Amino acid sequence: MRSLSLALVGSGGAGVVTAGGLLLAAAARTGSYAMMRRSSGPQIRGGESAALLRFADQAVECADDSFDLLLACDWRNVDRFVDEIPLGAHSLVLYDPAAGEVPALIADCGPRLLAVPLADVAASVHHGRINMVALGVIAHMLQLDASLLASVITDTLAHKGHAAVAASHAAVAAGRELGRRLAVDATGSELRLPATAATDAARWTMTGNEACGLGALRGEVRFVAAYPITPASELLEWLAPRIEALGGTLLQAEDELASVNMIMGASFGGVASLTATSGPGLALMMEGLGLAVASETPVVVVNVMRGGPSTGIPTKSEQTDLNIALYGMHGEAPHIVLAPLSIGDGVLATQWAVHLAESLQTAVIVLSDQLLGQSRAVLDRPADVSFMRRRRVAGSAAAAYQRYVLTADGVSPMAIPGSSGMAYTADGLEHDQAGIPSTRARDHAEQLAKRERKLAEADYGPHWGEVSGDGSTAVITWGSCTGAAREAVQRLRASGNRARLIALRLLSPLPAARVAEALSGVERLLVVEQSHSAQFYRYLRSQMDLPARTDILARAGPVPIAPGEISARLQAGS
Amino acid sequence: MSEQALSGPRAKDYKSEIKPIWCPGCGHFGVLTALTKALAALQLAPEQVALISGIGCASRIPAYTDLFGFHGVHGRALCVATGLKAARPDLCVLVAGGDGDGFSIGGNHFLHACRRNMDITYIVMDNEVYGMTKGQASPTTAPDWVASKLTPGGTGLRSFQPAALAVAAGATFVARSFSGRSNEVAQIIARAIQHPGFSFVHVLSPCLTYRPEQKEWKHAVTDFGRDDLPTANAALAMQVLLNDGGLSTGLIYEFERPAWRPRAQTGAGLAAVEEEFAV
Ligand SMILES: Cc1ncc(C[n+]2csc(CCOP(=O)(O)OP(=O)(O)O)c2C)c(N)n1
Ligand code: SF4
Repeated sequence: MRSLSLALVGSGGAGVVTAGGLLLAAAARTGSYAMMRRSSGPQIRGGESAALLRFADQAVECADDSFDLLLACDWRNVDRFVDEIPLGAHSLVLYDPAAGEVPALIADCGPRLLAVPLADVAASVHHGRINMVALGVIAHMLQLDASLLASVITDTLAHKGHAAVAASHAAVAAGRELGRRLAVDATGSELRLPATAATDAARWTMTGNEACGLGALRGEVRFVAAYPITPASELLEWLAPRIEALGGTLLQAEDELASVNMIMGASFGGVASLTATSGPGLALMMEGLGLAVASETPVVVVNVMRGGPSTGIPTKSEQTDLNIALYGMHGEAPHIVLAPLSIGDGVLATQWAVHLAESLQTAVIVLSDQLLGQSRAVLDRPADVSFMRRRRVAGSAAAAYQRYVLTADGVSPMAIPGSSGMAYTADGLEHDQAGIPSTRARDHAEQLAKRERKLAEADYGPHWGEVSGDGSTAVITWGSCTGAAREAVQRLRASGNRARLIALRLLSPLPAARVAEALSGVERLLVVEQSHSAQFYRYLRSQMDLPARTDILARAGPVPIAPGEISARLQAGS
Repeated sequence: MSEQALSGPRAKDYKSEIKPIWCPGCGHFGVLTALTKALAALQLAPEQVALISGIGCASRIPAYTDLFGFHGVHGRALCVATGLKAARPDLCVLVAGGDGDGFSIGGNHFLHACRRNMDITYIVMDNEVYGMTKGQASPTTAPDWVASKLTPGGTGLRSFQPAALAVAAGATFVARSFSGRSNEVAQIIARAIQHPGFSFVHVLSPCLTYRPEQKEWKHAVTDFGRDDLPTANAALAMQVLLNDGGLSTGLIYEFERPAWRPRAQTGAGLAAVEEEFAV
């Protein structure tokens, strides 16, 4: 893979995320794949923010080990994000001397430094903004076609009015001129957008939150209730107008206790339902999810993880809600836990979650995270997938209807309010087959076994995970770490070493037989995850035998795990 | 009663075969009977009615009916009902439960359900005690009630005024009755169901096991006896409710405010949504 990584940083008002978004959109139109991560601080407005971009000639699913270019509009709060922008001797740093000296934290990494008077140039343009001048400098360096970038700016900023669009064009042109004057592209490094082979395949640009939202709609979710929380709110805001356009409803609930129970009510009414939240909200939902399991009411929760525990680091990523998703319910409550393996995979993972919830009449938790959710990618259009089995609905019963009747596969036909003669009471109290509350040992044993059986014996098909590569060394991971793990394995293979990648989309019930098959012949395994306490490793260990030589690369957030970290660990052991 | 009504469902047709777990003499029996009478009076098809509850003695009621029931977790019945009504506006959605379920653990949802004003009828069977957990104080218990081992000196807290709160929070139909007045309860529930908005029916429903003194309620309850009730004037309703001593019954407040309805509109379909992602 050929790729180029650049970071735009500035204080919150500087507009670096806007500039980054324009760059991403323009690069997409040249045929480049791309990914843009956002890093922002705790302030609502005016804090530091960074747009972290990577362009590549193939689908790109993770950050690189270091950045080729850092352009700083200013250095405010640089200590807060410097860890997230690794630099080296090959890196080029463009900075505005008007914003102060290059901080030691940056200079000590040994990059080449070049002063660019962004603020001065911006001031020379009517309503000129620094971020647009910066965009012009970069456009010059990357030799980005002027009319292409201009049309992206016109399209994207149209809602701000003619004057703003004209000022942006002027500032970008001034930035290009500045780049030419300083010959920023002749500094020794060849910074170019990686060329991609021409393709007929449709390209999309979307965030992981949007991908999960689309998966919900493809899965025919038509009711959503939720309470706002970072970093899940954008998923809900994306869905709100679109679910309505499809005839559905999104309701803002008073809290997460309400939202999880509201979606249960809608689902009881026969409508596929979903909520989205993050760790603190998921914690509040646990009692409700246990009710969904016991009453066999299909529901989906998309949990966009952030740093925890407690309020934690709301704006940054971590994979640390695995334990609560797996074990958070009291009693024995078999349910399903899934995770998207990339930004675009949010579509499949969420659509599959709806399908599994509906067809198995249970609760499904989808573990996305801030890294996937708030990053935007240019990717190939996610394939259409259709799942045949839907909710098994009881039409009419000859004899008295039994809601929780024991069946071979554990799934009992569910009556929907409105069907005459089929009334029953859904219950979180243990019950007999008819749904009548029961404390009898036999009913409890039967219903526990039924709820376990329907999940244990379901056919999860090919979507349980992804396996690629070969050789006796393997990496096993899940969710957002998959991109970095895949790239690490590819790099190893490019350098003549064989390795396998096993990435789990289905976390619970653990497809242990499939994983064991994927591990056959593996002598050395590296478990990769973004958590301090190695939650994923401990979970795997509790469920199956792992190779004798199993190592762990488990590190807390918020700095994403980079491919180089993984390949270094793999090589260190070989 | 009309010919047609005679051929349709009768009150007993709305009852299930399941024998309630309630103690003999429990006020909740009266509410169950009244509810089935109201449904018969309105001739509602049982399958078009959903009865949602939480946890408590009162909340056991769905299984004792032949309606589509949902017996959820403690305090969240209004949420389940809200989701159901939003997704299935065609159904008649009823919620029932106790004072602990509705005003303590579920208190926040009570306020928001009133404010949202969906077309839902909420019946609270208030016995000023937690029956199911064997006799602790609830939000409506008097401050000097010392019979609970959990609060041996009484709660010392002013008791909650549910009907006044409902008016303040935006419910558009507020009534109080007593489970011993089964016909009045039935009439009020029927009117509440017909009211197009959030209807709160506060029913005093004695717990003879943990509050035997509530046997006296049947002698103490009176009509409001005011010809200015029901009113659409919230200030008047509040004034009456805060001064009546809590044992007067009847319809207090009815106000027409558009009920919350889903804004569902059909647009261009999924293909148009997907088109937005194209580069
Ligand atoms: C989360 C949770 N906390 C506590 C309980 C225990 N609990 C069950 S019913 C109840 C109170 C019921 O009182 P009320 O709602 O007034 O109804 P009543 O039994 O008096 O009819 C409590 C505290 C529970 N089931 N769930
Ligand atoms: S404990 Fe009280 S509320 Fe519960 S059933 Fe007995 S009398 Fe009724």
